[in-house]
Amino acid sequence: MMWARFLDTFFNLKVMAQYLPKILEGMLVTVQLAVCIVATGILAGLVLALVRAFRIRPVNWGIILLVDILRALPPLVIIILFYFALPGVGIRLSGFVSTWLALSLVLTAFAEEIFWAGILAVPRGQWEASRSTGLTFIQTLQCVVLPQAVRLTIPPLTNRTIAITKGTELGAVVAVGEILYQAQTGLSFSYNPSPLTLGAIAYVVLFVPIVYFGRWVESRFAWRR
Amino acid sequence: MDGSPLAPILDVQGLRKVFGHLEVLKGIDFQVRPREMVFVIGPSGSGKSTLLRCCNRLEEPTAGSVYVEGVNILAPNVDINAVRRRIGMVFQSFNLYPHMTALGNVGLALRKALGKSRQEAEAVAQKALARVGLADKTQAYPAQLSGGQQQRVGIARALALEPAVMLFDEPTSALDPELVGSVLNVMREMRESGMTMVVVSHEMRFARSAADRVVFMDQGQILEEGPPEKLFGQPDHPRVREFLASLEAH
Repeated sequence: MMWARFLDTFFNLKVMAQYLPKILEGMLVTVQLAVCIVATGILAGLVLALVRAFRIRPVNWGIILLVDILRALPPLVIIILFYFALPGVGIRLSGFVSTWLALSLVLTAFAEEIFWAGILAVPRGQWEASRSTGLTFIQTLQCVVLPQAVRLTIPPLTNRTIAITKGTELGAVVAVGEILYQAQTGLSFSYNPSPLTLGAIAYVVLFVPIVYFGRWVESRFAWRR
Repeated sequence: MDGSPLAPILDVQGLRKVFGHLEVLKGIDFQVRPREMVFVIGPSGSGKSTLLRCCNRLEEPTAGSVYVEGVNILAPNVDINAVRRRIGMVFQSFNLYPHMTALGNVGLALRKALGKSRQEAEAVAQKALARVGLADKTQAYPAQLSGGQQQRVGIARALALEPAVMLFDEPTSALDPELVGSVLNVMREMRESGMTMVVVSHEMRFARSAADRVVFMDQGQILEEGPPEKLFGQPDHPRVREFLASLEAH
């Protein structure tokens, strides 16, 4: 009896079937958003870490300050700032763009720290060997240090990327039609939480492959030991 | 640049190096002539490695001058990368690039610093590896090689650039005793082919048999230098006698 009630509430196939198209639509938006965030966030993080490797003091202080603030702020606050506060100064961003920019800034901050830690983890002897053969600073960074640093950063970077792309759900607050938004909308129209269950399934379907992708990248970047 | 055959390839004058409050080199004068193999010995902390590392500016000297093939490498307008291509360096801990094969390790500077094509670089690298007895290990990664083989890749990496002088910073100190011989054999072969070498090492027996000249350093100064039979046989300085006696006690 209780089971029937439970199933009817959370796994109502009729409701699920009705909202499946919407959830699929939401999945597409989530994927688009996530891809944009990962692309710009990781790229910008890498660029900042490389700039930091030049160890120009005032520049590095700027980077550290920016990164620390971005890591301290809740991502939702940044999204809301972009979406609701920027129109006040005449900049009008869509919900999608606000979420994309906000989360990619957060990913930039974390990625920069991770890449920087990777660069620092490459032993000094690697720099010395390369420089002693006449390679420039930039060539050494590019050919000797970065390939080793990136390999070290793959596991933490994958985890952080997954955590931040899951933050695409925060876009629901500014009416981005991603999975959670569609699920909540379905819930309020049908008075039944089954769309939320469907949404949860959608997240699992989407993110489990990403976890495996992370493992695959990790093993690809491993050189033979 | 002095064209005479005896003009020193490496000429260090009044070299001082200070780390914080610690004066590691206290005015070193040191010359190496073409085809010479010079050993620098002395207790640890005497500044041997720092002297070597000042010769290609892995450490910045505090004062003094360093000339390589007549070029003042401390001059503000010097192209340090060009200078370093002329000075090979071999490290105690090998410092091979773990993400590249032996061939890649040797070929990298040929491509990036000398601007050779990948094919050219691989041909030269192959030759350098064959010279150190590793013709069959070109595709091996450092982790698949023994310490002795890794160090020989390190030598090939420096040798492939055809430097004017090679600096060895305790090349065999990190090796198991049975692997030391393979590295020393390569160094002996290099000496016979006329390579100019400066070697910081604790391999006294090898120094005695292979060195043209031995330099003894202690506390940032050169206390004595001379041919090995003199320095190991009848050293003038009591500190040298003491050091050699302490080695024989083991």
